[in-house]
Amino acid sequence: MRLVTAIVKPFKLDDVKTALQEAGITGMTVSEARGFGRQGGHTEVYRGAEYRIDFVPKVRIEVVVDEFDVGRVVDIIADAARTGRIGDGKVWITPVEDLVRIRTGERGADALR
Amino acid sequence: MNYDSGDTAWVLASAALVLFMTPGLALFYGGMVRRKNVLAMLMQNFGVMAVVSLVWVWVTYSLAFGPDWGGAGLIGTLHFAGLGHIHQAVPGYTGARAQTIPPVAFVIFQMMFAIITPALLTGSGADRMKFGTFLAFVVTWSVLVYAPITHWVFSPEGWLAKRGAEDFAGGTVVELNAGMAGAALALVAGRRRGWPRTLMRPHNIPLTMLGGGILWFGWFGFNAGSALSARGAGVAFVNTNTAMAAALLAWIAVEKVRTGKPTTLGAVSGAIAGAVAITPACGFVDTLGATVIGVLAGAVAAVAVSLKFRLGLDDSLDVLAIHGVAGLLGTLLVGFFGTAAALGRNGLFYGGGAALLGNQALAVLCVGVYSFAVTTGIAYAIRRTVGLRVSDEVETAGLDLGLHEESAYDFEASTGGRSTGGGSLR
Repeated sequence: MRLVTAIVKPFKLDDVKTALQEAGITGMTVSEARGFGRQGGHTEVYRGAEYRIDFVPKVRIEVVVDEFDVGRVVDIIADAARTGRIGDGKVWITPVEDLVRIRTGERGADALR
Repeated sequence: MNYDSGDTAWVLASAALVLFMTPGLALFYGGMVRRKNVLAMLMQNFGVMAVVSLVWVWVTYSLAFGPDWGGAGLIGTLHFAGLGHIHQAVPGYTGARAQTIPPVAFVIFQMMFAIITPALLTGSGADRMKFGTFLAFVVTWSVLVYAPITHWVFSPEGWLAKRGAEDFAGGTVVELNAGMAGAALALVAGRRRGWPRTLMRPHNIPLTMLGGGILWFGWFGFNAGSALSARGAGVAFVNTNTAMAAALLAWIAVEKVRTGKPTTLGAVSGAIAGAVAITPACGFVDTLGATVIGVLAGAVAAVAVSLKFRLGLDDSLDVLAIHGVAGLLGTLLVGFFGTAAALGRNGLFYGGGAALLGNQALAVLCVGVYSFAVTTGIAYAIRRTVGLRVSDEVETAGLDLGLHEESAYDFEASTGGRSTGGGSLR
């Protein structure tokens, strides 16, 4: 099993979710995140004082998938989240040792289905 | 005594309008501070409402509007302390100025000015003042600064009023006074930790807009109520609105040129700056005067807010720029735009010469210097004895938790506890 973590632009969340659902992915976890990459931050102005805001709001998407599914899922996320402009985000993959479905006690790949 | 029922009803309604400005100010400022300090800001303002209400009826109303002490026009006596002898007419209001309302109505109307003026100082010392100490400061300040200045300018027996300085609703007494006192308080209290390098952006601008809307609404009582008559209130009412509208547009026009975008905080700040500048002038000028005063106030205040960074003075919510500078500007502009129809003599632009302007400048100078000097003394005395500021630990954690053991917002729907995690009843 693999954990696919994606950091995407917040307004692309719906597109990614829809694309994953259409591809038969049955679960995902979403959280709000802040950070910066090459895009850097932005400026805000309050009563003439300009502030540099380093951390840009992003959405973090986490999906656990079978090994054989990883390439497909990463492509789906990247395609759905892409605008072609700076700040589109990143997707990375990490190995998952085990998985438990709390309700039934199923483990490993069984807990995914 | 025959009182005018229409005048009395208007002044009492205006008193309620002006009282409502202080909760409005609390929201206006509360939205501008960081999330961890919003309750402390609201609490300071409500605290001021409570202590000044009592100090006013027991002491400071009499010092401000009581019979003059010694005839020098510097301070009133304690003749009306505790509202004793309150059936007697307010001294000095004779002839054409004779009041047509019961003195108690005047007491409660003027009380609201005595409340909002020190409430403005919460903006200068935001995020760092101890609560009890701040209230003690306000009591002392009301006696030593607000009462004498009010006597000089508002009481017909005051020395500046007798010399012919004109202040319709408090451009010097409230606005310039608060601006200079605020600067003094910020100076003695010192900067907030991390200012100006650390980002300290407003945590809730919608609250600020709501507070600004309440201030706009209440300012009709502040200015038009100061006519002390229902018949004479209309001009002040319209001029107030005209100047606020012009100042809002002027401020965002300056922003558009300086930083590229009009901001909501700029729009509401501009409206307030316009109200401040028209306050001393609202009953004395015509529509052209009100419009020009508004435009100048909005534009000048929009630039003046950057002054604190040059001075290195952490006047946190810009009381000096918005109340001090715009109040000074409006008071001086009475000398240019005052009309004989309301004042009995013209300002400089209407052929009345520079005499009125000279009186206005004298009032600005004396009120400004006295307010700054005495406030510095009071704040310094408190700093040296019980201390003005909270500890570094409380300042970092936030005054809401440190001083009041509360948090303003619960963002954790699942636990219902503090933002630090699920809590349980102790």
